[in-house]
Amino acid sequence: MSSKKEEFVSEAEEILNSAQEFLLNLQENLEDPPPDDINALFRCFHTLKGISGLFGYDSLQKLSHTLENILDDIRLGKQPLNEATIAFLFKYGDILRKMISNPEKYEDISGMLEEIEEFRKGSEDAGTAAPGEETISDEILRVLSEYEEHRLRENIKKGKTIFSIKTTYPLADFDTELRFLTERIKKFGELISTLPTSEDIPEGHIGFNLLLATSRPQNEIEKEINTPLSVIHKGHREASRKKPAQPQKPATQAMETSLRSATTTVRVDIEKIDSILSSLGELSLIKGAINRIESELIDYFGHSSLIFDIHRINQTLSRRLLELQSLVLEIRMVPIGQIFSRLGQIIRRYSRETDKPVQIHVYGEETEIDKFIAEEVVDALMHIVRNSIDHGIESRQERLNAGKPEVASITLKAYQKGNHVIIEITDDGKGIDTERIRKKAIEKGLISEDARPDRSELIDLIFQPGFSTKDSVSEISGRGVGMDVVRDRLSSVGGFVEVRTEPGKFTTFFLTLPITLAIIKALIIKVGEYTMALPMTSISEIVLIDRDSVQSIEGNPVYNLRDEPLPLINLNRYFETSSKGSSYVVVAGIGSKRIGLVIDDILRSEDIVIKSLGSYLEGIKGFAGAAEIGKHDVVLVIDIESIIEETMRKQTRIGYTNV
Amino acid sequence: MTENIKILIVEDSQSTRSMIRSIIEDMGEEYTVYEAENGYEALKILPTEDFNIVVTDINMPDINGLELINFLRTTPRYKDTPVIIVSTERTEKDIQRGLALGAEAYITKPFKPEEIQETINRVLQR
Repeated sequence: MSSKKEEFVSEAEEILNSAQEFLLNLQENLEDPPPDDINALFRCFHTLKGISGLFGYDSLQKLSHTLENILDDIRLGKQPLNEATIAFLFKYGDILRKMISNPEKYEDISGMLEEIEEFRKGSEDAGTAAPGEETISDEILRVLSEYEEHRLRENIKKGKTIFSIKTTYPLADFDTELRFLTERIKKFGELISTLPTSEDIPEGHIGFNLLLATSRPQNEIEKEINTPLSVIHKGHREASRKKPAQPQKPATQAMETSLRSATTTVRVDIEKIDSILSSLGELSLIKGAINRIESELIDYFGHSSLIFDIHRINQTLSRRLLELQSLVLEIRMVPIGQIFSRLGQIIRRYSRETDKPVQIHVYGEETEIDKFIAEEVVDALMHIVRNSIDHGIESRQERLNAGKPEVASITLKAYQKGNHVIIEITDDGKGIDTERIRKKAIEKGLISEDARPDRSELIDLIFQPGFSTKDSVSEISGRGVGMDVVRDRLSSVGGFVEVRTEPGKFTTFFLTLPITLAIIKALIIKVGEYTMALPMTSISEIVLIDRDSVQSIEGNPVYNLRDEPLPLINLNRYFETSSKGSSYVVVAGIGSKRIGLVIDDILRSEDIVIKSLGSYLEGIKGFAGAAEIGKHDVVLVIDIESIIEETMRKQTRIGYTNV
Repeated sequence: MTENIKILIVEDSQSTRSMIRSIIEDMGEEYTVYEAENGYEALKILPTEDFNIVVTDINMPDINGLELINFLRTTPRYKDTPVIIVSTERTEKDIQRGLALGAEAYITKPFKPEEIQETINRVLQR
């Protein structure tokens, strides 16, 4: 074989190989064929045509040219992509493969050309004609190629939003910068066009106007690429696009079903992410081991350049691990808006069923939360809004009589506070009637008749199992699932709920949730002779204990922290361990729910992965799970939230609740 | 014509690029050809020389020929640099758009060497 021919064969084979890969991928995704793959396949035939011409193989050039035409029709939507087309292209892929190994042999290709032309004509006009799109200005259309215009219309048809992204880069390195940006943009959808511009761009710079078709929310993309977007065409969002397809179930039946659903934003099974995280946890342990070996080596041999090398590599390893961790954690994050939009649907439905018109206000929907936590608490949130409509919001007439607007309002608000996400659900209804709660509680035997619980204690009763103030079982709430479920759900993910209410005015539920459960920073502490881990997420400060500041209010120990009484829990007493002389107070909890934990010693901080204790240890109080630390030691992880909850319940009188 | 004539070819197909290069180089020693494989490269090369003509394909990944033409026409430095489109007859719509954006002329693939040469001469004489 001549070297020229050899060169051709190897190049052509490579092209056909990648063509085959694209074909296979398209075959697997016939429902929604990736436009980039179609385009790439088109380019394969285009390039094959080019090199065949260059090497003078006429028949190959003609054949790939006609095939290129078919692909061109497909990518412009003039011809459908179906099994038949794929099979046809596979067949000609094989023919081309034979031909390139011996290009001179297939001189007569007229039969094949006819067949291809026939095939093309046979399915002509079967493609979908794009509807006219008024909202896209000529200014944009005039620079788009036919293909780009087709992609734009296809995306609009699918309900995608078209954003314009404007950037400016120095001429010297715009290509790397722009490639970096477009790589990230492509994660959100299809990049339709890249328009360079010099208008209003400073000297030595170049501007770009990118068109992105996506169904992701604007703020999410802006956050990722750190560049503002402007809307060229507003699509109907992913969520609203999918829902109408589901048949409307009868209301009662629908109510029983959970709101949980797999949203499309996180396409990876969360279990896979979890297993990555757990491997990462293992890696962290290995890193810890290397750390240990490094310091032992220093002890044995002193500082040498080899040990310094280990040190340096170890540092790099730590950095990379951290990077990897935060990247993986990011994958788990979803904007809370996903949950809010589902709640919105529930609110609208209940509001119709109960004839209590409600206006929904949503704030902070871009706040991100761990997908797992979001799914765990969505039902709890549903109970809360259900209760708000059923018990909180008055009937139209009641509202008018009370001088309130006929249309009630429910506000969903989310924001981040440290390592927590706070979700507030507020209704402007009649508030919680503590007198009714008291009567009901006595009736149910939850409190004795002569008990004099205060307001906050009374309100806390709504979280007791089986508590319901509605006299008749209503269509909406009275289904045996009460607010106790809410509390349980939240504490299962390390969160808690607080209520603030004013009679006749409003009720607000504050839900405090950790941002993520996966890997957390923990303080490794000593309680008595035991080493334990204390999640850093809930710790606000640590103080050396000052014995004079320990006081007692109504028999409960408190710590005088900057003239504020802080309920105090001695963990030695709590876990019944014997103290070797407590020396620190760890201030834990957030907002109004703060307590001081008395511990013996602080060893260090470490990243831990909390593992469940398993069913047979489930009943043990005060622990969230176990974690592996250091040299394969297993320690118990203290469940700060549940300890706070418990303490608050016992010590409500000192005034730590919001009510 | 003794003056040096600089021509930039923007084309993603290497074979077409080489072909156009040799056709132009056949026109005489005063012709210097620069090649860009895509829009990015073109934007990098453009500021480095004062080009007499830009010859561009339309269907290219990322930045296409139309976008490049629009950039040239709206940038003061290049607004008078003539553009010749080289594209297949199948992209008639695209060619029309290119002309509307201000391209001087177009050549459809497959082309004869004389077509390129004649078009270049015609454009240079304007």
